[in-house]
Amino acid sequence: MATPSTYLDFEKPLAELELKIAELQAAGGPAVEDDVARLREKAAKQLKDIYSHLNAWQKTQVARHPDRPHFMDYVDGLFDEFVELSGDRKYMNDNAILGGLARFRGRPVVVIGHEKGRDTQGRIKHNFGMARPEGYRKAVRLMELAGRFGLPVIALVDTSGAFPGKGGEERGQAEALARSIEACLMLDTPMVSVIVGEGGSGGAVALASGNKVLMLEHAVYSVISPEGAASILFHDSKRAKDTAEAMKITAQDLEKFRIVDLVVPEPMGGAHRDPKTAIARLGDAIETVLVPLVKLSPEELRTQRKERFYAIGREGLA
Amino acid sequence: MNWLTKLPPGLKSIFDKPDDGTDGDSLWVKCPKTGELVYRDDLEAASWVTPSGAHLRVGPDQRFRMMFDGGAYVEIAMPKSLKDPLKFKDDKRYVDRLKAAKVKTGREDCMAAAHGEIGGRRAVVLVQDFAFMGGSLGIAAGEGFIKAAETAVARRAALIVVASSGGARMQESSFALMQMPRTVLAIQDVKQAKLPYIVVLADPTSGGVLASYAMLGDVHLAEPGAVLAFTGPRVIEQTIREKLPEGFQRSEFLLERGMVDQVVDRRELTPTLGAILGMLMPASRRRSRAATPTEVEAQAAK
Repeated sequence: MATPSTYLDFEKPLAELELKIAELQAAGGPAVEDDVARLREKAAKQLKDIYSHLNAWQKTQVARHPDRPHFMDYVDGLFDEFVELSGDRKYMNDNAILGGLARFRGRPVVVIGHEKGRDTQGRIKHNFGMARPEGYRKAVRLMELAGRFGLPVIALVDTSGAFPGKGGEERGQAEALARSIEACLMLDTPMVSVIVGEGGSGGAVALASGNKVLMLEHAVYSVISPEGAASILFHDSKRAKDTAEAMKITAQDLEKFRIVDLVVPEPMGGAHRDPKTAIARLGDAIETVLVPLVKLSPEELRTQRKERFYAIGREGLA
Repeated sequence: MNWLTKLPPGLKSIFDKPDDGTDGDSLWVKCPKTGELVYRDDLEAASWVTPSGAHLRVGPDQRFRMMFDGGAYVEIAMPKSLKDPLKFKDDKRYVDRLKAAKVKTGREDCMAAAHGEIGGRRAVVLVQDFAFMGGSLGIAAGEGFIKAAETAVARRAALIVVASSGGARMQESSFALMQMPRTVLAIQDVKQAKLPYIVVLADPTSGGVLASYAMLGDVHLAEPGAVLAFTGPRVIEQTIREKLPEGFQRSEFLLERGMVDQVVDRRELTPTLGAILGMLMPASRRRSRAATPTEVEAQAAK
């Protein structure tokens, strides 16, 4: 377990403890060993206390944590022989959505997802994971390829939303999103979508209309960002905490609503504290839901998607 | 899909007005373009297009009267659906907002559908009423859409959707978001039955509505001057820190950019639809009388 590069505001007491541990360790010597052990125990308890009771706004911050695993981390950790495929064949290559052929535990698949970028340069290259129409058209192209060659699709969603720019509007952002939703729903092969970080609005659902929708424990999925909702409903974006709560955007809420099929537990302290474990757990979860889907015919897969989405809001609500 | 911020400030005021876009029941209606006062009966006769060409907003009843042959149609009952799944409250409780909208429009939610004939071809028309909470898409609207699509398939009728919406209904949060894939699924049944699916884009259509069923038609017709945007102009201007050009995200702009087949004056809408349906659909074997909803149910059950 590594200490994170950034502490979130509600992690302050923990940050102090971990800083003290680091100082003691730097001082070294046998005299500090007991103190370090004692403090470590305290820190572990602190971490558990905080992460067992995260509210929706805190989870939003965790989902956006700069150290959280991103698309390329999952690709490196879960897939072999990744062959990136680029471009929409119409206009350009949008790096906010990446994808390609890869082997998932031996099985050839198409993997697609939003990449937010890790450092400043990366964030600019990937436009903070906010895709333009071309990103979604690339996704459609890759889904069609998957369908033609009988490959399952694994989609990893991590975006605050589609990019709200001028060029995107000019080139049909709405149409591109609609076509991407349609491509997910009409795909001949199994599709597993995972909300790994932020699932922001239409830009997320465009890749999250699969047979199964999974969500990481501290990921969030919403119709609009808490800040956006707060500025509309209360004319005050600072009330994001309240709207995050009211909008029921956590994995736990969405599983109850049957909008999400399975919540994948994160390591204690969030995926960013132990990316390797987080990535491996997601791999196991994807395999669990994918294997039974592979046996279904194209017709059965489409029917399953229809029944899944039609049931939302009709069934299973107390 | 923050539908309210995405509207230009001038449009917001329309939330508080009746669905004909006027200030009340006065005999005279002010043209938003020129300020000219127009006699209400003249407007009704002109499909609520002012002499200067401004297309005022119209509700489902007026749409149905204008669009179906001889003004004859049978309304399709909208299904009952889950209300307020999140027990949502902002300044007001969501259930109170729903009640107010119901009082204002006389409907349970923003979708209304009817079947009849257009140019002698069977058609189901679904109208999204902007007067009901900005035509926002939630569970009830999604269920209404599915019902209209199923009725079109059962009756071998074209599905014509008149879209007008600020986008997803925030008060229903993720349930609203889920209406994007749900409505897209409903369209697939119409397409697989080889029935035309035509979208009429009315002012305004934005957010999650534009990014789902409103951009997947076999044919897209837009009313003149309608704001058709995924992200509203104000949010874009904040993002890119520059002013957008005049006419950006209007119907004519989308035509130029290849997202719309034609910009059609509302007074030409019915003949245009009639021509399209006439060529895409075979003539009915016999002049069908307007069926009753029970007949529709019986057909759907088969």
